[in-house]
Amino acid sequence: MLRITGGKVYDPANDIVGEVRDVYISDGKIVADVAGGTVINAAGMVVLPGGVDIHTHIAGGALNFARVMTPENQRSAPVFQHTKLQRGGAGGPTPTTFATGYLYAGMGYTTVVEAAVPVLSARHTHEELRDTPIIDKACNVLMANNEIVLDLLEAGELERARDVVAWLIWSAKSYGVKAVSPGGVAAWKFGGNATTLHDPVRGYQKVTPAKIIQSLAGIVDDLGLPHPLHLHCNNLGAPGNFVTTLDTMKLLEGNRAHIAHLQFHAYGGDDWQTISSESRAIAEYFNAHPNLTCDAGAVLFGNAVTITADGPWQHLLYQITGRKWGNLDVENETCCGIVPYSYKGSNLVNAVQWAVGLELLLLIDDPWRVFLTTDHPNGACFWRYPEIIHMLMDAEFRNEQVKKLPEKALAKTIIAELDREYSLAEIAIITSAGPARALGMKNKGHLGIGADADVAIYHDKPDGRFLFRYPRYVLKGGEVVVEEGDIKSVKLGKEFLVRPRFDPQVEEHLRPVFQRNYSIEFENYPVEIDLLENADVRVLP
Amino acid sequence: MITLTLNRQFTVPLELEKLLPDVTHKLEHAGVCATPVFMGRRQYRLDEFFEIEGELSDHIEIHGTTSKMKSIGRGMSRGKIVLHGDAGMHLGALMTGGEINVTGSAADWAGAEMRGGMIRIAGDAGGQVGAAYRGDAAGMRGGTIVIAGTAGQEVGMRMKRGTIVVQGKVGDFAGLQMKGGTIVLLRGAGARPGSWMIRGTILSLAELPLLPTFRYASSGTPTFLRLYAKQLETLGAPIPLDESQGNWDRYSGDLSVPGKGEVLVWRAGTSCETGSD
Repeated sequence: MLRITGGKVYDPANDIVGEVRDVYISDGKIVADVAGGTVINAAGMVVLPGGVDIHTHIAGGALNFARVMTPENQRSAPVFQHTKLQRGGAGGPTPTTFATGYLYAGMGYTTVVEAAVPVLSARHTHEELRDTPIIDKACNVLMANNEIVLDLLEAGELERARDVVAWLIWSAKSYGVKAVSPGGVAAWKFGGNATTLHDPVRGYQKVTPAKIIQSLAGIVDDLGLPHPLHLHCNNLGAPGNFVTTLDTMKLLEGNRAHIAHLQFHAYGGDDWQTISSESRAIAEYFNAHPNLTCDAGAVLFGNAVTITADGPWQHLLYQITGRKWGNLDVENETCCGIVPYSYKGSNLVNAVQWAVGLELLLLIDDPWRVFLTTDHPNGACFWRYPEIIHMLMDAEFRNEQVKKLPEKALAKTIIAELDREYSLAEIAIITSAGPARALGMKNKGHLGIGADADVAIYHDKPDGRFLFRYPRYVLKGGEVVVEEGDIKSVKLGKEFLVRPRFDPQVEEHLRPVFQRNYSIEFENYPVEIDLLENADVRVLP
Repeated sequence: MITLTLNRQFTVPLELEKLLPDVTHKLEHAGVCATPVFMGRRQYRLDEFFEIEGELSDHIEIHGTTSKMKSIGRGMSRGKIVLHGDAGMHLGALMTGGEINVTGSAADWAGAEMRGGMIRIAGDAGGQVGAAYRGDAAGMRGGTIVIAGTAGQEVGMRMKRGTIVVQGKVGDFAGLQMKGGTIVLLRGAGARPGSWMIRGTILSLAELPLLPTFRYASSGTPTFLRLYAKQLETLGAPIPLDESQGNWDRYSGDLSVPGKGEVLVWRAGTSCETGSD
């Protein structure tokens, strides 16, 4: 039992904005009242629900390949010394598993979603998530280039496709469905890409990216998954791609959808010299369509490692940078490209990317529909979120940064015209309450009665700079896990997954397909539930 | 001057990266004695291994060094370290200035990723002299390494600037993925010198087993070489320039990258007209 007294509480999901009140915790939940117990005196502090990261890459085959590929980053990264409580590790652009848990919790984040997991490497992902302490986790399974699904769409067998999708979700022990560059990755296996929405995907006659997007969005809604289709649109990163993004969003009318790292999809221009911001056009459409949510995928200057299932884009990026390139093929499901990258303020394209991320966060009116992410480790590392929060809360500070951009970039962006400042309540929404709602996690992102007692307590500073970087206390499941920057407890968090309904007969369809095409036995393919410690299964009706 | 004399035998390698002229020039005797050294994960004091004389100096002489003493002069930026004996791995790695002299031989990674300064090794050196650590884009970016004996594999791997002079023969893959700088080989190299080299220069007085992706370009004595020879002479590496005695054959490559590096091989007894291809 625990009481947090005297703090200014920001709990936007329950319409509490900066009220001084007490928060009571018992058995890991927020309760109405407790008698006795420990008291945390939060006078002079702000109390927020623990952060929720809706889109990040912290575990699995691709991220681990990125770790292996960049030993130079690990070597110069801050070291986490092995102690009686903590395991050793390294921070940097791609932190090791244990360090990931410590770093997220150290910011006040308590729930994160690994955004892209192929079923084939789901086992590896869960094994790494089991070694990522403190925080609660969930993962989205990659679907939009799965050839078994695409074959069914080609044959018009939507009913069976739905069963296969549901079966795959459960086999990967995942929480939602991620679609990466629908059709593009499948085409990459032939050395191609899918850059238009209505042309058939290489290797198919009828399947187009549009058809994949609409079918999957429909299936996800039909299955009643708590999180809508998590979509990485086609043409990521390409100049002029805002047209594709707008067309994609139009396809989704009538369905729910979450557009991932929108910043990478909001560029105008025809090439790298003429690239410009089209955040206003994107934001205007987005503001008018409440079926959509998005995350920013903001970029910060500095070292990053780009990792995505968007193989063709990564090959292009490798050709542009001449740096290292990793390309992983994941049999029938997807592939993955990895290229280390440095965002530079002096580079026109990078400067536009930096501006677009912030512009979207400022132009999208409803904070309940745009969330703070950097598409870690693509745009920047997650532990740099406080820098973005500072820029969102302090227009003067932001404009100082804007002034450092090259002249040319200023002409191609609108960031200098924007003077909106986020309030602390709005920050609480984009970092916690909003993503929790979009994920359909009813016990996360708020401090109402019955919510999980994940609480972040910060010193009340007028600007955002110190917020998140130095929480005074972080509570996870009612237990103090971080106090003044020190990890106090490393209990393993939960893993959320859903079990959608599907016709068990679907296995009879899948088994022969597997025996023909896969390198592993059908029986070894699904991840067994026992592999997950602390699984929190939601069985869908 | 600070003089250290080894007075204890040990088997587990000793890490000496904290013993730097940058620090010792303002350390009194007690401070020098208390300099931390590491053996595995255990920390010791410097005076548990060495007799120590002197203080407040950026000139360090160490007697009785062995190849088990690692990271000597790692990251130093000034002063001088003289090793009477051998040196272990990572000698002068990441150093930005100052000078290191070794009377014996050095192990692998001597001068890895160094930015400036001078390392002289009287004996042989191991592999990866002036190289990039695994994963890094660039190795040595400045400074000079002079080796009187032989050197191991991957000498100057991914180096970007600076000079490496090796009087003896070097191992395989000298100048692997080199991006700039100069490697001078007085007795030639093992297999595949200059593979993947993008820019930079390899000078060799002996025949090199070049890959087929190096193309013969020309023969003669490039003008820059006459100037460069004066610098090399001060480093104890005189190179021939007399065209009546022979010629420098110039090869460009590595064309598989494709690179703009140059390899100059001295061929005694040839003239421009008979330059080989």
